[in-house]
This record gives sequence, C-alpha cells and structure tokens, in this order.
Amino acid sequence: MSLDGKVGPVGPTLLSGDTMRSDNPMGRDLKSRPIGPDTPVRTPALPGGERRERKASDFKIRSNRLTEFAVERDYDRCIKCEVCIRQCAFDVHYRDEEEDLIKHHEEFCVGCQRCSVLCPVDCLVIKQNPAQYRAHGSWSGEHVKDINRQAETGGVVLTGSGNDKQSPVYWDKMLINASQVTNPSIDPLREPMELRTMVGAKPDAIEIKDGKLATKIPPQLQIDIPIMFSAISYGAISYNVQKAIAEAAVELGTMYNTGEGGLHPDFYRYKDNTIVQVASGRFGVHPEYLNAARMVEIKIGQGAKPGIGGHLAGEKVSESVSITRMIPAGTDAISPAPQHDIYSIEDLRMLIFALKEATNYRVPISVKIAAVHNAAAIASGIARAGADVIAVDGFRGGTGAAPKVIRDNVGLPIEFALAAVDRRLREEGIRNRVTLLSGGGIRNAGDIVKAIALGADAVYIGTAALIAVGCTLCQKCYSGKCNWGIATQDARLAKRVNPEIAKNRLVNVIHGWSHEIKEMLGGMGINSIESLKGSRSQLRGIGLSAEELRILGIRAAGE
Amino acid sequence: MRDPRCFGISACTTPRGSMCPKSRNNWQSVCNPYNEDKVLSACSIFGMMDTSGKAFSGDRVFRAMANMHDRGNGLGGGFAVYGLYPDHADAYAFHIMYHSQDGRTQTEQFLDTNFKVHLSEGIPTRERPDITDAPKVFRYFVSPKLDRTDPTPPSPDRGGLGRGDEDYVVARVLQINSEIDDAFVFSSGKNMGVFKGVGFPEQMADYYRLEEYTGYIWTAHGRFPTNSQAWWGGAHPFCMLDWTVVHNGELSSYGANRAYLETLGYKCTMFTDTEVLAYAIDMIMRRQKLGPEVFARIVAPPLWEEIDRMPPDERELHSALRTVYGGLLMNGPFSIVVANHAQMIAITDRIRLRPLTVATKGEELFFSSEEAAIRLVSPELDEVWTPMGGVPVIGRIGSLPTPADSTFRSEAVI
Repeated sequence: MSLDGKVGPVGPTLLSGDTMRSDNPMGRDLKSRPIGPDTPVRTPALPGGERRERKASDFKIRSNRLTEFAVERDYDRCIKCEVCIRQCAFDVHYRDEEEDLIKHHEEFCVGCQRCSVLCPVDCLVIKQNPAQYRAHGSWSGEHVKDINRQAETGGVVLTGSGNDKQSPVYWDKMLINASQVTNPSIDPLREPMELRTMVGAKPDAIEIKDGKLATKIPPQLQIDIPIMFSAISYGAISYNVQKAIAEAAVELGTMYNTGEGGLHPDFYRYKDNTIVQVASGRFGVHPEYLNAARMVEIKIGQGAKPGIGGHLAGEKVSESVSITRMIPAGTDAISPAPQHDIYSIEDLRMLIFALKEATNYRVPISVKIAAVHNAAAIASGIARAGADVIAVDGFRGGTGAAPKVIRDNVGLPIEFALAAVDRRLREEGIRNRVTLLSGGGIRNAGDIVKAIALGADAVYIGTAALIAVGCTLCQKCYSGKCNWGIATQDARLAKRVNPEIAKNRLVNVIHGWSHEIKEMLGGMGINSIESLKGSRSQLRGIGLSAEELRILGIRAAGE
Repeated sequence: MRDPRCFGISACTTPRGSMCPKSRNNWQSVCNPYNEDKVLSACSIFGMMDTSGKAFSGDRVFRAMANMHDRGNGLGGGFAVYGLYPDHADAYAFHIMYHSQDGRTQTEQFLDTNFKVHLSEGIPTRERPDITDAPKVFRYFVSPKLDRTDPTPPSPDRGGLGRGDEDYVVARVLQINSEIDDAFVFSSGKNMGVFKGVGFPEQMADYYRLEEYTGYIWTAHGRFPTNSQAWWGGAHPFCMLDWTVVHNGELSSYGANRAYLETLGYKCTMFTDTEVLAYAIDMIMRRQKLGPEVFARIVAPPLWEEIDRMPPDERELHSALRTVYGGLLMNGPFSIVVANHAQMIAITDRIRLRPLTVATKGEELFFSSEEAAIRLVSPELDEVWTPMGGVPVIGRIGSLPTPADSTFRSEAVI
C-alpha cells in the first residue's frame, strides 16, 4: 500500500496548516541508504504467528523527523471495529486489507487522544514518542523538529491553543490568605456570598436628590459571576460549540463574546448575554450586530499573538460562516495586524465614540489589548480615550491559529500585565473609570481569586471553556480537523459536540468554580467579591525574587 | 517596606516598645512595627449623647468603660467630647502630641505660617505611676489665614481636595502628620476634642483630667491590639475635622478599601482599618455630603437579592451605590460609633459579626459593646435594643432613634 498521490508535494507556503504533512524530498533520498523505503522488512507477528514481508514505503512517508507520538495497539484486544479509523480526521488509522488488520501512521498523530478514549476495547495507547534525538542542553527535540518542518516547506510553523512553554506561571507562585481568630471566616453554605459584578465605567461620586439617584450612571453590564467567556469566533469554532457557550452564558447569568467572526443569525436570541467584537477585519460588523450586544469590544490585540492579525483558512469559511462574516464562502478571512483606522490613540477615541454613537450610549465599550511590555501606559491611554472597559489578554491565552514563534515569544504573563495596569490606573486616580478584565491563562478558581486580588474586576476564560467541551490541547486548531468537533467547520466532525451536553459541562465547571470562589472568599472573611478587588495584601509570593514581588505588588510568604 | 531606622534593626539602638525619635514619620513605623498588612485589634466602644444638646460630665462614660475593662488590654484608650470648647467654638481646636522639642518647634512654626493661632497651651494632665512614655500634648485654637496660598492645588482626576477652609485644614493636618517628625495632630475639629493614649480608657480619663470637662456627646474606646507595640496616636477615636470614629472589629476588606481610597487621593499610612473608615467617612459624609443613612448603605449595603426586590427607584439607587462605591463595602466584623457636632451614629457590619446595644433614657442615647455597661450607669432604661446589621442608628440634636428605625431592615430608609 502506498500513500503516493494521497499527499501531494507542498511548496513553501506562508501560514499553511499543512506544513506538518508535506511530502519531502529527503524521504526519497533514503532510497539510497542500506535501509530505505523499499527495503523488505518483517512486520510484527500477526495473531496467528504468521509474518509477511512488506516494504517500509508501504507504511510511512519518510522524513528525518521523529514522530511526536507513539501509537501502541494491543492486537489481542483489537476487534477491528474501525472506530479509530472513523474518529481520526488526521488519517492515522487504516485497515490493512491484505493482512486484515487495523494499522496506523504514527507520523500523522496529533496526540488528541480521541481514538484512545473512544476505542470500545481500550486497545490503544497514544503517548509521547519515547524515541528522542540525542539529548542536547540547547537544542531540544522541538527545535530540531521545527527546523526540519521549515526545511521541508519554507513556511511559518503554525500552532493553535496557548503557549505551552515552561515559562513561570505566577498564579502558582502566589498564595491566598484566610482568617483565623481576629476576624471570622464565613461559611458560604450558610451565609449569603455575593459574586455579582458590574462591568462598566464608574463615576467617583453620585448625587442623591429627594431620595432618588440624581447622577446618570454609565451603562453597566451585570454579570452574576466574575467570569465571562472570552472571544472565540464562529469560524474558529463550530456552530455547536458557540451555541453551547452562548447557552451556558445565559444559564449562568454571564456573557460570552462572539470574537471577530460576526454573530450567526440563529444566535441573536442570546443577545442579552452577548458581547460582540469589532476587530481589524470588521467581519460581520453592521448596525444590527452592534445593537444586539450588551457590550461592544474593540479588539486591538490578542495575548497569544500580540502585534499580528488573524487568518481563517478558506477551508473553514463554510456557507454559514460566510454569511456570518459577510465574506464569500471559501475565501481566506484575513484580519490585518492593525485596525487600519487606528494608527494612534486619538483614532481609538474616535472609534470608541463612533461605537457609542452607533449603540446610542446604551452599552459599555471595551478595548481588548494583548499584554505587552508597556501595557500600563497603553491602558491609561485607553481609559482616557473613553473606553468603559479594558480587557488585557496574557501571553498564555489561546488562539485558533498563530505562528508558533509569536505565540511562544511575544507578550507578557497576564499576572505582571494585570498588576502593572491596575497599579498605573490607581496611581493616576482613574482606576474607577474603567472595568479591568483579565484573561489569557486562567485555569481554575484559584487563578480567578488571585486575578481579582491583583486588581481585575472579572476574568475572561477561553481555553478552560473549550477543555470543558472536550478539547485536549493538541494545538491543531488551525488545521480545521479537530477530532473533538470543536475547532472545525467539517460537519462530520462538528456534530461530535452535542450542544446540550456541552452546555451542561460548561455550566457544571463554572458552578464548581463559583462554589470554590465563595469558599475562598468566606475563608478570607468577606462575603462579596468587590471586597477582594485590588486587595493585594490577601496574596503572598512564594519562590519569587524581590523584583517580581515588587512588580506584583505583593509581599513574600511568611512576611 | 520596613524603615531600617526603626525598631529591631541593628542600626537603631532604640529599644522595642518605645518611641524612635530619629525615624522619619515615626508614627507610621511605631504603630506598625512589624510591618504587617494591617494592625489587628478588637475593642470596647461606647457612646453617650444628650439629644437636647445639654452638656454633661463624662463620669458615667468612664465607669461604663471601666466595666468593659476586659475588652481592652491596656494598649489604647480614648475619648471624643463634643461641646468641649464653647469659648472657642469658631476656632479649629488642634490637639497635637510631640515626641521631641524639635517636633514642637517645627510644628509651631508651621502653624504660625499657615494659621492665625488664637491660643496655645499644654493640655492639663495628671501624673500617674502607670502612665509612662507619654508624649507632650498641646492644644491650639487656630483659624486658617485669609491670605493663604494653597501649596497643593486640587487634582481634577481625584475629585481632589477643594479650597474651602475645611479642605485646607485637612490638607495641613495631613501635612504635619506626614512631614514633621515627632508631631501628630490627633484632633482637629471645632468645639470638640479627642483625648487618647496608651492605657486603659479609665486610666486615660484620669490622666487627661477629663472629669473637668463637659460635653453633649461622648464617645469612648478601649483597645485590644494583637501586637505589643503601642503608640499614643494609634489609639481611638480617630479624628478628621470634627468627625470622629471609634471602631470595634477588623475589616477583612481592608486591602480593597484601602486600594479604593488611595485611588481617590487618600494616603493610608497607619495600617489600621479604622483609618480607612475615617477616610470613608470624610469622603462620603463630609466631601460628597451624603448623609449617614447613605453612608451606612455604602459600607454595609443590602444584599443584591434584596436590592433586586426593591421598587424601581430604590433599586436604581441602591444598585448605583453598590456599583459606584463597591470599594467602600466594609466587609468583615465591625461595629462603629461615628460622631460629629450634630449627630452620633452607630453602624454594624451587614451580617452583624460584632456586638452593639442601643438604649435610650429620657433624652439620653447610649451605644455600647455590652448592655451591662449601659445598665451600670443607667439602670432604668426606656428602650433597649439590638439593631440589625447594616442599619444605622442615628441620634441627632432634638431626635432620638427608636427601635422601629433599626430593628428591621427598612428598605425605605433613605
């Protein structure tokens, strides 16, 4: 059996999702080696003990890259049901008709574990390939593999999901306080515990006349929990997943964010829980869209890929995505790196007020930026430009597609950016003018409590929500072949997500987190989330340098 | 960070527990020698007012406080008295403690530059063997100079301090307290005064010879800090102009409250939760001119689920209060007695984690941590009740509160 013709040669392509699977001239060179694709080899013994001679090229496209994952199949258990074949959009598994066996191409495996989880007889184990290049302190296997990929294609190495590097996660280096003796802790199962949060600009003072409010309060977005679903566009994720997230937001009394892909006609029914985005591509932006939302967010940047735009491959622009984004089906949806009507802060102010005019000053306007080195100064400018909300997205935030070198090297951890932005806005006395949202690396209720104590009003979660729906972080979102049916427009794959079940899973996770947040608040002796906001004395750092402690504005554990 | 010139660091030879005269802003480091997030303490509080405005002697207040002796530990006691200086009712009465002659010299120069000083004198005290380490205490009756120039113009971003007399006085008091070593203004209102120090409240009453004074409102405090350091300025009441507060409890929301107030231009330097209460009172009631009912709704607001059930106008108002002043929600246990020349107010936290008893007898109004202390000095009472958490009890000249005002949370209170 040959794969020739199945995968054609791919020339140097920019931002191609297929960089991983290109045919490769080096593979052909292997023919001249003592052991090459045509060298007869002995296959593993078949169940009957029979062995047959096969050629290596029957199994594998040769490359000098080690495969990332090893597929172990227990032939004693395999019942040849072909579930694995049907489940894998990357064509890892196949039936060898000649031998009447299920076999695999490990080199295609992305480690998503779909086959392993769904195998009815548990005969599959997918693991990191134990075979490694010779150990090297400076050149990890990943470096070698990436160079080889690019040597094959001349392209940019693409990836999806969030930064997977071992850069410090500062959430894990902060510890939360609790009450003992001098102030009582509060039991959230027996006492009220309030998580309601108001998102929007706050005046410094109000006036009361004749017992009635005499000050016009700027528009506020009321959320019952300080957690919102962050921007993930229809196009990047499937219809079913966006529907599940929207319905979860409705049930939880919070908001979801359309991302930059427009609002599908079916989803206008969730408008009371919808934040719409206006990004550099302006996909799907029209008056009805803006006015459907409870908040409009101007997307300047994204934590996973600060400074660059986005690219939704034409393959993912289905008929339905095309209608929602207002672009022709099958064309690439390219978001420019900057917003081309914002080359400076005064331009941002004009867009903020254009959107306020368009929505009749009815909803808050948010500006989302990636966490970059001068985030504090930028945030101050955004507040003064008239934004009601600033969303800061840290460099561990997820993405549907980003150049790996940018995802892994550009930006700041959200903890630092958040601490710096909050401090700057406080020093300038304008912190109350804006609500500060933080996202990009929030993994659990502990992270949320720490974020709010550092100064956030509420958090955005994206990756955590997708994990709740089934994502296993294989980082192949850009391929459009998500086996879990999340980051795909392929109807066969997308139907794997049942929106009802997915919604319930999302609701369950956030319910769980809400309980955990309440327990931690009660432990600190407070019964309302606003009494945590900016309370950095509730945090202590562990294993941090004096400089890191200073930046975070917290003291060392034990101090 | 810890001031290396202060206690426990080898460069400083001053023994622990006494004043470090050389350290800049010594009162900051003295009141928080261990550099804690905040200094913890618990207390007894008491307030007594004659709502007819008649001045009375404080002897019953002293006895009531002595009765609650065990609620304090001798590391802080104090009193605020209103109607104290009728002969100088139009002048700001500054009570200032000095830890060095130099501090006094500098402060008096500062006062001469910025104020017209009508009278200055030492505050009479009585020697007691158990009161040691006492700073020198002086009082000054002053008026702002009319031709003054304000060295710190208001900042538009912070709704900043204005140019009125009161704001001028507040700014100058904060200036003395933060910029002149060894000097601390602990009372700055008109026709009122605070007397406080390290000791049990009954010792302080004797030390300051308070039996010689009369007033129509007395508030009192006995302190139980959880560290052994004590500083005369750190005792209660806290005073800003003629607003005073005595406080029992610990604000678990201290960090959030402090962050909010500092954003709006206040500078918290004493690391006590009472300080944030004092600034909140100054901001809401004095500067923003919202009444005590609204103040109570800000520091101890109704639950959102209660707000959701209110009629539309009230819902809008309460929702706005929580939205705008969330940073002033005082969370965690507290009961406070706040006073100024016109009123005496008691508020407890919204889930009522600290004790407070209210009683009336004739025109007299009592607030106390314990009912026993009231019964001791006024055995027959007209009314005695325990107010609901978060509901203010307000005594004004000419009006006594009734149990009906505060026994149940009234949603139409504002």
